[in-house]
Amino acid sequence: MSDGVLTSGRQRGLFAAWRAMLVRDLTLAMRRRADVLTSLFFFVIVVSLFPLGVSPEMAVLRGIAPGVIWVAALLATMLSLGRMFADDHQDGSLEQTLLLPHPLSMLVLGKVLAHWLVSGLPLVLLSPLLGMQLGLEGEAIGLLMVTLLLGTPVLSLIGATGAALTLGVRGGGVLVSLLVLPLYIPVLIFGTGAVDAGISGMDYEGHLSLLGAFLVMALLTTPLATAAALRISVE
Amino acid sequence: MSEFFAMGGHGFYIWVSYAVTALLMMIEVIAVIRGKRTVEKRLARLASAPSRQ
Amino acid sequence: MALKDSIAWYHFSAPKNFYPLAGKVIPWFWGLTIALLLVGLYLSFFVAPTDYKQGESYRIIYIHVPAAWMSMLIYLVMAIYAIIGLAWKVRLADMMASALAPTGAMFTFLALWTGAFWGKPTWGTYWVWDARLTSELILLFLYIGFISLQSAIDDPRRAAKASGLLAIVGVINLPIIYFSVQWWNTLHQGASVSPTMAPKMATIMLTTMLIMTFAFWMYTIVIVLMRVRRIILERERQTSWVMELFGAEASGEKDEKGERK
Repeated sequence: MSDGVLTSGRQRGLFAAWRAMLVRDLTLAMRRRADVLTSLFFFVIVVSLFPLGVSPEMAVLRGIAPGVIWVAALLATMLSLGRMFADDHQDGSLEQTLLLPHPLSMLVLGKVLAHWLVSGLPLVLLSPLLGMQLGLEGEAIGLLMVTLLLGTPVLSLIGATGAALTLGVRGGGVLVSLLVLPLYIPVLIFGTGAVDAGISGMDYEGHLSLLGAFLVMALLTTPLATAAALRISVE
Repeated sequence: MSEFFAMGGHGFYIWVSYAVTALLMMIEVIAVIRGKRTVEKRLARLASAPSRQ
Repeated sequence: MALKDSIAWYHFSAPKNFYPLAGKVIPWFWGLTIALLLVGLYLSFFVAPTDYKQGESYRIIYIHVPAAWMSMLIYLVMAIYAIIGLAWKVRLADMMASALAPTGAMFTFLALWTGAFWGKPTWGTYWVWDARLTSELILLFLYIGFISLQSAIDDPRRAAKASGLLAIVGVINLPIIYFSVQWWNTLHQGASVSPTMAPKMATIMLTTMLIMTFAFWMYTIVIVLMRVRRIILERERQTSWVMELFGAEASGEKDEKGERK
């Protein structure tokens, strides 16, 4: 690994390694900004298709807005999953990461956070724009952002396991979505459910707390699964 | 006898469901048997061939 | 005594010993399957009374419910074999997991098909976004994910491990998916439309369904044993015992140049 942060004497603790992996992935992503923007444009385009496909009526669009935006966020995350480990796998740095003394699941957490910052967070920041496009008002948009803020990290975390499993497999891109979509369904249900509840005036705390629970559970379990999947794929 | 098959007017649904079940099971059995036979043939050829890879 | 038992226990986990054992056991299970199926079918058509509410169309329940139970049970058994395969590196467990998957997928498809054909006469539509039917559909996606991941990876050892891990992740998520779909369904539609079981199952109906379930069990066991024997032959084709099985003398008798004596 070229950058010196990992090997410099001073910082060899676990957190330093995790931070180094995060910084490394973010710099790599920033160098190839085009890849990052494609999944964002994909998100915007997919959402803009629905008024053309379904109907321009604001009343109709408002009804399907949360679902449309959430499904588009799901697909946009899926699009960018392939890149999470593929480049490191090609140039061999993934094997080096596996050889590090630090627990692999922590390093995976660093990589997943980098992936989320690059492809998940922008979706959250873009969602108000698309919410307005589909006729959502103030409070519903705020709720949409909160649900996406809680939900997109879970998408990245679970998606990381799928990406690790299909590393270097031909047709891996399509395969990831087949493996990972069923696992996204609970997040989708409670994400859209929260916004729908917000729109129709019901209370949405229950949905948000469940989303939070999914996030905590994903944070604890998926890095282990991803680490195991990486060891299987690389050895 | 015919009213038995009519199944109170819903005969179509019942018999089609049972037929599909039986059909799929038979297809699976045949597929497994044929799969095994092809593997056996390939192994037999492999075993009799003088140089085994 | 314990030592002897433990040896016997590991004896059959080697593909070499399991292969002939499975061969001997298969005919017996075929007999059981056919017997149970005949009894079950006879009961479900001639003995079980007509349902007072749904009339005759409820008889589809005698294959719909067993198929649904089997689809979930097989996925669970697959995950258990996957855990054994990953944790203790037992190759036979991986083979059993990949042998179970197609049958599980078939039962899931059957559960969906018979569910739809039961829904049509009873509720007027083939597909109802009912919680159980929806989670059955998601289970089918999980099966398809397992099978396609397994076939996409060439090296059988990595394929077994990767799909095994997927099965474990799947089985952990299954209850979460089921309850979130359950919640989602009750919110949007209320429980009234869902194809609930006949409220009070007459004992004869219940026994018929149980017999059909056991028939499906036996069918699954025999079909999986047959399929696992094929997988054993495929994956163990390099071994000497497979070669001996197919007529090649034991490799020991060959001279170095490989011609047969």
